[in-house]
Amino acid sequence: MMDFLVIIVGGCISFGVVYGVIPPLISALKKRGMHVLDVNKKSKTMVARPGGPAILAGILCGITTLYLGTGQWTILATMPTIGAACVIGYIDDLRVMPGWFKPALLVVAAMPLILFGQYSTDLEFPLFGTVNIPILYLGVILAIIPIMGNTVNSIDVVNGVVSGYMTMAGVVVAIVLALLGRWEAFGLSVILVGASLAFYRYHRLPSRIFPGDSGALILGATYGCIAIYGGVEVVAAVALLPAIANSFFFLYSVKRVVEHRQIKRSPVYHDDDMMLHDTGDPQAPITLVRLILRNGPQSEGGVARQILKLGVFAAFLAILSGIMMIV
Amino acid sequence: MKIYAFLGGMWGLIIIGGGLAVTVLGPLDLGTYGVNATVKGGVAILLVVLWVFILVKLTRYIFR
Repeated sequence: MMDFLVIIVGGCISFGVVYGVIPPLISALKKRGMHVLDVNKKSKTMVARPGGPAILAGILCGITTLYLGTGQWTILATMPTIGAACVIGYIDDLRVMPGWFKPALLVVAAMPLILFGQYSTDLEFPLFGTVNIPILYLGVILAIIPIMGNTVNSIDVVNGVVSGYMTMAGVVVAIVLALLGRWEAFGLSVILVGASLAFYRYHRLPSRIFPGDSGALILGATYGCIAIYGGVEVVAAVALLPAIANSFFFLYSVKRVVEHRQIKRSPVYHDDDMMLHDTGDPQAPITLVRLILRNGPQSEGGVARQILKLGVFAAFLAILSGIMMIV
Repeated sequence: MKIYAFLGGMWGLIIIGGGLAVTVLGPLDLGTYGVNATVKGGVAILLVVLWVFILVKLTRYIFR
């Protein structure tokens, strides 16, 4: 069992590094002109982007702490995947890449996990037990990282949502991993919680920094690594259900893999008070935000609260799934 | 409420799909390693396609 104290220290270091690195990062990004317009604000508000490098620094420092504290090198196997996700996202932050770019390269980013062999070929389902799929599981690994990365990226829609959601999802998988006694993966999930919670401090409404594709892909790739490493793929997917539903609605309506920025018809619009409305345009993609707005216009904060409420519901289902894995 | 119902439906489909995977893929053993892996892969893809098909039906039913 990994030393619990080392895990707590790792989580604190992850939190502290992200918390400490972001203020100078915001200044550096603004000096270089790397800021974007926050479209959900009435006044012209420019927000620094991307915050991915700060999240990467926090997570890598946290993982290094776990390694130094326990001497278990296996945790280091996640570093190349998480680092590659940051590079892929950063390229996409600098210039708009085609829709296939991130999913295809994230498949490559997942390969170190296979090379280091840090996975079990048993896929564990709640209630029904495990199924051993030695060859097929390689495909599962190559699918999980792109799916988690892009799914997490897809809910980066309003201030504070992606970081707040990943804090919650990280806590959920940490609880399930603790219940299952899988302490190495538990350590990694504590590091994710530390990094995303620290980022949330600056990302919550009104945002001072956006994670960008690099930040969202790091959070998604780390989450995918935890799922594979801890053998909690199903629980991790359930905790992410609102985001998966968002991706599903989008693909279902658009019927192809395409970058959000390349969509010409907007599913939502702002009124003069910056309240968000559903455009009602049948040609525009269906998204989670659009479905939330079907019940009436909402403020940006209202939309964020609705998404996080859905996250709480998914968290309940995920913990229930985890308990069903034990009984 | 419709979104919550949809998420609940997705969760139910995951649990049932997992049950199908364990009961169908688990006991499947065709001896030769390569053949076994190929058949298991094919069955898994079929299950995923079936899962997506039912999810599409569920989407149309809930958000009709």
